Amino acid sequence: MNLQTLIEKLQLNILTAPRDFTSIIPQGGYTSDLLSCVMAGAKNGNIWVTLQAHLNIVAVASMLDVAAIIITENAQPDAATIAKANEQNVILLSTPKASYEICGTLWDMNLR
Amino acid sequence: MKEMSQQTRQPTEQEKYGRHRPVTDRDAQEINRVEELSYDLKIREVMTSNLHTATPDMPLLKVLEILRVNRISGVPVVQDGKLVGIFSIEDIVRALEKNDFSSTVSQYMTREVVTVAEYESIVKAIQTFTDSRLGRLPVVNKDDELVGMITKGDITRGILLALQRDYKEEELRRYRASHLFEDIISDRTTLVLRYNIKAGDFTHGGNASGNIKRALLRLGADAQLARRCGIAAYEAEMNLIIHTNNGGILKLEVEPHKITLSTTDDGPGIPDIEKVLQPGYSTATDKVREMGFGAGMGLVNIKRCVDKMELESTVGKGSKLTMRITVPPETIASKGKPT
Repeated sequence: MNLQTLIEKLQLNILTAPRDFTSIIPQGGYTSDLLSCVMAGAKNGNIWVTLQAHLNIVAVASMLDVAAIIITENAQPDAATIAKANEQNVILLSTPKASYEICGTLWDMNLR
Repeated sequence: MKEMSQQTRQPTEQEKYGRHRPVTDRDAQEINRVEELSYDLKIREVMTSNLHTATPDMPLLKVLEILRVNRISGVPVVQDGKLVGIFSIEDIVRALEKNDFSSTVSQYMTREVVTVAEYESIVKAIQTFTDSRLGRLPVVNKDDELVGMITKGDITRGILLALQRDYKEEELRRYRASHLFEDIISDRTTLVLRYNIKAGDFTHGGNASGNIKRALLRLGADAQLARRCGIAAYEAEMNLIIHTNNGGILKLEVEPHKITLSTTDDGPGIPDIEKVLQPGYSTATDKVREMGFGAGMGLVNIKRCVDKMELESTVGKGSKLTMRITVPPETIASKGKPT
């Protein structure tokens, strides 16, 4: 399943610059709001689900090469965070739904 | 007889303009790169666009001449820019059987033509080749006008070209950097990178460790080694930002067979080192914890990523964290280099 399909099915908002999401194939996922846990647990190519929306999530995502970050419960990253994400090729997506629901849906979509 | 697209070909769009795609760390890992490219590359980028075509009212002898002169086995049939059929050697044979050379292309051409659209990814063409068992496909634009032909050979060539272009620049940089240790002769060569980290500077948190990871990739480290060092550097960097009075220095020392990361600061110092090494123990403030730091996992993560970690600290004076990573043979320019 490519990222474009995932974005459509979960009705996610795309916060960073548009690009060819069909060429990105996420491999599994990880959820936590504790950055050190993400550092230890997330693998490259994962979808990272979190309600953190501040600048430092970009550095973590970039270090780990995650496929995209889904920011939940309508948490809004500021302009600097979005700019940095664009600069570092990190994809930021958002949703009003809670992390629990997003992860459940991703699991059902066989992103395991 | 040659395939249609192997006429004297004009350069494809890709060959003419190149691909303007930044090379990221992810690219450097080369995982499933060809797979990615089959989604990334569009049919129009790899197809052949200068074509020999026939029209429906063209006499058979004329088409035969086109096929013979150009040594091709078939031509698309076009009327007012629109693709209306394919005329191939097999159709000539059918006309021959009836000894009917006075008729026109429209009487013998194949009308049901499988096509692909120029804006689709080449993965679509690959699927169509597999499903239809055809060797070549006409390419149409959104108005159904013929714009080119594509063969499996075009796809292979397109992917190879894209790979070549994508990596050329990064490879060159990497080549230069990875020969650093071979080009400079000494009894012991060490590359030292220093980063000044400010206390409380969350805005730039992770920048230094990101640069460390990139530097290691350039020096020829494999993706996994760069990632291990990057994670250790990140946790150490964040510790300086979160826990020091005046920030500190994050230092990377690269030698052909080992990497040493270290941080030094001038306080406040750690009263109980045993305690800070326990998973889950943290002295972070609530504000910092709200940002997702202070899980008490930083040093635990570092320990997991490096081969040896030492922490020394004196209250009132400061702390020094040293992390050592042994470089496996065949990475970081250690190839065949006696040191």
